[in-house]
Amino acid sequence: MAVIRIQREDFNAAAEVAALTAGRTDIGAVVTFTGLCRAESGKLAALELEHYAGMAEEEIARVAAEAEARWPLQGVVAIHRYGKMAPGENIVLVVTASSHRVAAFEAAEFLMDYLKTRAPFWKKEHLVDGSSGDWVEAKDMDDRAMERWG
Amino acid sequence: MKAVYFAWVRERIGKTGEEISPPDNVKTVGELIGWLSAKGEEYAYAFEKPDVIRAALDRTHVKHDVAIAGAREVAFFPPMTGG
Repeated sequence: MAVIRIQREDFNAAAEVAALTAGRTDIGAVVTFTGLCRAESGKLAALELEHYAGMAEEEIARVAAEAEARWPLQGVVAIHRYGKMAPGENIVLVVTASSHRVAAFEAAEFLMDYLKTRAPFWKKEHLVDGSSGDWVEAKDMDDRAMERWG
Repeated sequence: MKAVYFAWVRERIGKTGEEISPPDNVKTVGELIGWLSAKGEEYAYAFEKPDVIRAALDRTHVKHDVAIAGAREVAFFPPMTGG
Protein backbone atom coordinates (compact mmCIF):
# COMPACT_ATOMS: atom_id res chain seq x y z
CA MET A 1 0.00 0.00 0.00
CA ALA A 2 1.54 3.23 -1.13
CA VAL A 3 2.02 6.21 1.13
CA ILE A 4 0.62 9.28 -0.64
CA ARG A 5 0.77 12.74 0.88
CA ILE A 6 -0.14 16.14 -0.53
CA GLN A 7 1.16 18.78 1.84
CA ARG A 8 2.26 22.38 2.15
CA GLU A 9 5.17 21.63 4.51
CA ASP A 10 8.57 20.28 3.54
CA PHE A 11 9.46 16.60 3.71
CA ASN A 12 12.56 14.71 4.82
CA ALA A 13 13.63 12.10 2.28
CA ALA A 14 15.90 10.27 4.74
CA ALA A 15 13.11 10.01 7.32
CA GLU A 16 10.71 8.63 4.70
CA VAL A 17 13.22 5.97 3.65
CA ALA A 18 13.87 5.06 7.28
CA ALA A 19 10.13 4.69 7.91
CA LEU A 20 9.71 2.57 4.79
CA THR A 21 12.55 0.16 5.61
CA ALA A 22 12.19 -0.01 9.41
CA GLY A 23 12.10 -3.63 10.60
CA ARG A 24 12.21 -4.99 7.04
CA THR A 25 14.74 -7.54 5.85
CA ASP A 26 13.19 -8.28 2.46
CA ILE A 27 14.03 -4.96 0.78
CA GLY A 28 17.18 -5.03 -1.31
CA ALA A 29 16.89 -1.73 -3.14
CA VAL A 30 15.52 1.72 -2.36
CA VAL A 31 15.43 4.46 -4.97
CA THR A 32 14.57 8.03 -4.01
CA PHE A 33 13.88 10.90 -6.38
CA THR A 34 13.57 14.45 -5.10
CA GLY A 35 12.40 17.27 -7.37
CA LEU A 36 13.52 20.76 -6.35
CA CYS A 37 12.58 24.31 -7.30
CA ARG A 38 15.12 25.80 -9.74
CA ALA A 39 16.10 29.48 -9.84
CA GLU A 40 15.98 29.47 -13.68
CA SER A 41 19.28 31.39 -13.97
CA GLY A 42 18.37 33.76 -11.17
CA LYS A 43 15.12 35.15 -12.60
CA LEU A 44 12.82 33.13 -10.38
CA ALA A 45 11.97 34.24 -6.83
CA ALA A 46 9.52 31.42 -6.19
CA LEU A 47 7.25 28.85 -7.73
CA GLU A 48 3.65 28.65 -6.62
CA LEU A 49 2.05 25.25 -6.94
CA GLU A 50 -1.71 25.09 -7.25
CA HIS A 51 -3.42 21.72 -6.96
CA TYR A 52 -6.82 20.12 -7.24
CA ALA A 53 -7.38 18.96 -3.66
CA GLY A 54 -8.89 15.50 -3.54
CA MET A 55 -8.09 14.61 -7.13
CA ALA A 56 -4.35 15.08 -6.55
CA GLU A 57 -4.32 12.34 -3.88
CA GLU A 58 -6.60 10.07 -5.90
CA GLU A 59 -4.65 10.45 -9.14
CA ILE A 60 -1.28 9.81 -7.49
CA ALA A 61 -2.79 6.77 -5.73
CA ARG A 62 -3.97 5.47 -9.12
CA VAL A 63 -0.48 5.95 -10.57
CA ALA A 64 1.11 4.25 -7.54
CA ALA A 65 -1.30 1.31 -7.85
CA GLU A 66 -0.34 1.01 -11.52
CA ALA A 67 3.36 0.95 -10.56
CA GLU A 68 2.66 -1.72 -7.93
CA ALA A 69 0.87 -3.79 -10.56
CA ARG A 70 3.77 -3.52 -13.03
CA TRP A 71 6.75 -4.09 -10.73
CA PRO A 72 7.30 -6.24 -7.63
CA LEU A 73 7.51 -3.38 -5.14
CA GLN A 74 7.71 -3.64 -1.38
CA GLY A 75 6.96 -0.01 -0.79
CA VAL A 76 6.07 3.24 -2.53
CA VAL A 77 6.07 6.76 -1.09
CA ALA A 78 4.93 9.78 -3.10
CA ILE A 79 4.83 13.22 -1.49
CA HIS A 80 3.94 16.33 -3.47
CA ARG A 81 4.02 19.81 -1.97
CA TYR A 82 1.76 22.73 -2.86
CA GLY A 83 1.95 26.44 -2.12
CA LYS A 84 4.83 28.82 -2.66
CA MET A 85 8.40 27.54 -2.66
CA ALA A 86 11.74 29.26 -3.13
CA PRO A 87 14.58 28.03 -5.36
CA GLY A 88 16.36 25.17 -3.63
CA GLU A 89 13.27 23.95 -1.80
CA ASN A 90 11.86 20.46 -2.26
CA ILE A 91 8.75 20.01 -4.43
CA VAL A 92 8.23 16.29 -4.85
CA LEU A 93 9.52 13.02 -3.41
CA VAL A 94 9.18 9.53 -4.82
CA VAL A 95 10.58 6.50 -2.98
CA THR A 96 10.36 2.98 -4.33
CA ALA A 97 11.53 -0.17 -2.60
CA SER A 98 12.01 -3.60 -4.09
CA SER A 99 14.07 -6.76 -3.70
CA HIS A 100 16.20 -5.76 -6.67
CA ARG A 101 17.34 -2.48 -8.10
CA VAL A 102 15.86 -2.68 -11.61
CA ALA A 103 12.26 -2.68 -10.39
CA ALA A 104 12.97 0.16 -7.94
CA PHE A 105 14.70 2.33 -10.58
CA GLU A 106 12.08 1.72 -13.26
CA ALA A 107 9.11 2.21 -10.96
CA ALA A 108 10.53 5.50 -9.64
CA GLU A 109 10.98 6.79 -13.18
CA PHE A 110 7.52 5.61 -14.18
CA LEU A 111 5.97 7.34 -11.16
CA MET A 112 7.68 10.64 -11.92
CA ASP A 113 6.77 10.52 -15.61
CA TYR A 114 3.12 9.90 -14.75
CA LEU A 115 3.09 12.42 -11.93
CA LYS A 116 4.29 15.18 -14.21
CA THR A 117 1.60 14.64 -16.82
CA ARG A 118 -1.37 13.30 -14.81
CA ALA A 119 -1.26 14.68 -11.28
CA PRO A 120 -3.37 17.87 -11.11
CA PHE A 121 -0.70 20.40 -10.15
CA TRP A 122 0.17 23.65 -11.89
CA LYS A 123 3.25 25.82 -11.41
CA LYS A 124 3.15 29.60 -11.55
CA GLU A 125 6.36 31.64 -11.60
CA HIS A 126 7.03 34.57 -9.30
CA LEU A 127 9.90 36.65 -10.62
CA VAL A 128 12.79 38.29 -8.76
CA ASP A 129 11.66 41.76 -9.92
CA GLY A 130 8.46 41.29 -7.90
CA SER A 131 6.20 40.69 -10.88
CA SER A 132 4.00 37.69 -11.28
CA GLY A 133 5.37 35.59 -14.10
CA ASP A 134 3.67 33.09 -16.34
CA TRP A 135 2.17 29.71 -15.69
CA VAL A 136 4.77 27.10 -16.53
CA GLU A 137 3.88 25.43 -19.82
CA ALA A 138 3.63 21.67 -20.10
CA LYS A 139 6.49 20.18 -22.05
CA ASP A 140 6.08 17.80 -25.00
CA MET A 141 9.18 16.10 -23.62
CA ASP A 142 7.21 15.11 -20.50
CA ASP A 143 4.37 13.68 -22.60
CA ARG A 144 6.84 11.61 -24.61
CA ALA A 145 8.53 10.42 -21.40
CA MET A 146 5.17 9.13 -20.22
CA GLU A 147 4.19 7.57 -23.54
CA ARG A 148 7.22 5.26 -23.55
CA TRP A 149 5.60 3.26 -20.74
CA GLY A 150 2.77 2.24 -23.10
CA MET B 1 -23.49 20.18 -11.28
CA LYS B 2 -20.47 21.86 -9.77
CA ALA B 3 -17.77 23.24 -12.08
CA VAL B 4 -14.28 23.96 -10.76
CA TYR B 5 -11.45 25.76 -12.52
CA PHE B 6 -7.70 25.73 -12.00
CA ALA B 7 -4.56 27.69 -12.94
CA TRP B 8 -5.04 30.07 -15.89
CA VAL B 9 -8.52 28.74 -16.60
CA ARG B 10 -9.47 29.90 -13.09
CA GLU B 11 -7.70 33.24 -13.52
CA ARG B 12 -9.37 33.97 -16.85
CA ILE B 13 -12.86 33.07 -15.65
CA GLY B 14 -12.24 34.92 -12.42
CA LYS B 15 -13.60 32.31 -10.04
CA THR B 16 -12.57 29.00 -8.52
CA GLY B 17 -15.87 27.33 -9.26
CA GLU B 18 -19.63 27.61 -9.52
CA GLU B 19 -22.87 25.69 -9.77
CA ILE B 20 -23.87 25.23 -13.43
CA SER B 21 -27.05 23.90 -15.05
CA PRO B 22 -26.34 23.06 -18.69
CA PRO B 23 -29.39 22.28 -20.88
CA ASP B 24 -30.17 18.67 -21.80
CA ASN B 25 -28.70 19.00 -25.28
CA VAL B 26 -25.24 19.53 -23.75
CA LYS B 27 -24.19 15.90 -23.45
CA THR B 28 -20.38 15.71 -23.53
CA VAL B 29 -17.45 17.46 -21.89
CA GLY B 30 -16.64 19.09 -25.25
CA GLU B 31 -20.21 20.38 -25.62
CA LEU B 32 -20.06 21.71 -22.09
CA ILE B 33 -16.91 23.67 -22.99
CA GLY B 34 -18.79 25.13 -25.96
CA TRP B 35 -21.79 26.03 -23.80
CA LEU B 36 -19.60 27.66 -21.13
CA SER B 37 -17.68 29.63 -23.79
CA ALA B 38 -20.91 31.38 -24.71
CA LYS B 39 -21.56 32.52 -21.13
CA GLY B 40 -19.38 35.59 -21.44
CA GLU B 41 -16.09 37.13 -22.55
CA GLU B 42 -14.14 35.67 -19.62
CA TYR B 43 -15.34 32.16 -20.47
CA ALA B 44 -14.65 32.66 -24.18
CA TYR B 45 -11.11 33.74 -23.25
CA ALA B 46 -10.55 30.78 -20.89
CA PHE B 47 -11.78 28.29 -23.50
CA GLU B 48 -10.45 30.05 -26.63
CA LYS B 49 -8.31 26.99 -27.45
CA PRO B 50 -10.58 24.10 -26.41
CA ASP B 51 -8.08 21.47 -27.57
CA VAL B 52 -5.65 22.61 -24.88
CA ILE B 53 -8.18 22.31 -22.06
CA ARG B 54 -8.02 19.20 -19.89
CA ALA B 55 -11.07 17.98 -18.00
CA ALA B 56 -11.98 15.72 -15.12
CA LEU B 57 -15.36 14.29 -14.11
CA ASP B 58 -15.66 13.49 -10.42
CA ARG B 59 -11.87 13.76 -10.08
CA THR B 60 -10.99 11.41 -12.93
CA HIS B 61 -9.33 12.54 -16.16
CA VAL B 62 -11.66 12.36 -19.16
CA LYS B 63 -11.48 13.15 -22.85
CA HIS B 64 -13.80 15.70 -24.42
CA ASP B 65 -16.10 13.09 -25.99
CA VAL B 66 -17.11 11.61 -22.61
CA ALA B 67 -20.73 12.08 -21.48
CA ILE B 68 -21.31 14.35 -18.48
CA ALA B 69 -24.55 12.65 -17.42
CA GLY B 70 -24.50 11.66 -13.75
CA ALA B 71 -21.31 13.56 -12.88
CA ARG B 72 -21.45 15.75 -9.78
CA GLU B 73 -18.27 17.72 -10.40
CA VAL B 74 -16.56 18.77 -13.61
CA ALA B 75 -13.11 20.36 -13.58
CA PHE B 76 -11.37 22.33 -16.31
CA PHE B 77 -7.66 23.09 -16.28
CA PRO B 78 -4.57 23.49 -18.47
CA PRO B 79 -2.11 20.64 -19.06
CA MET B 80 -0.52 19.74 -15.73
CA THR B 81 2.92 20.90 -14.70
CA GLY B 82 3.56 19.23 -11.36
CA GLY B 83 6.47 17.06 -10.35
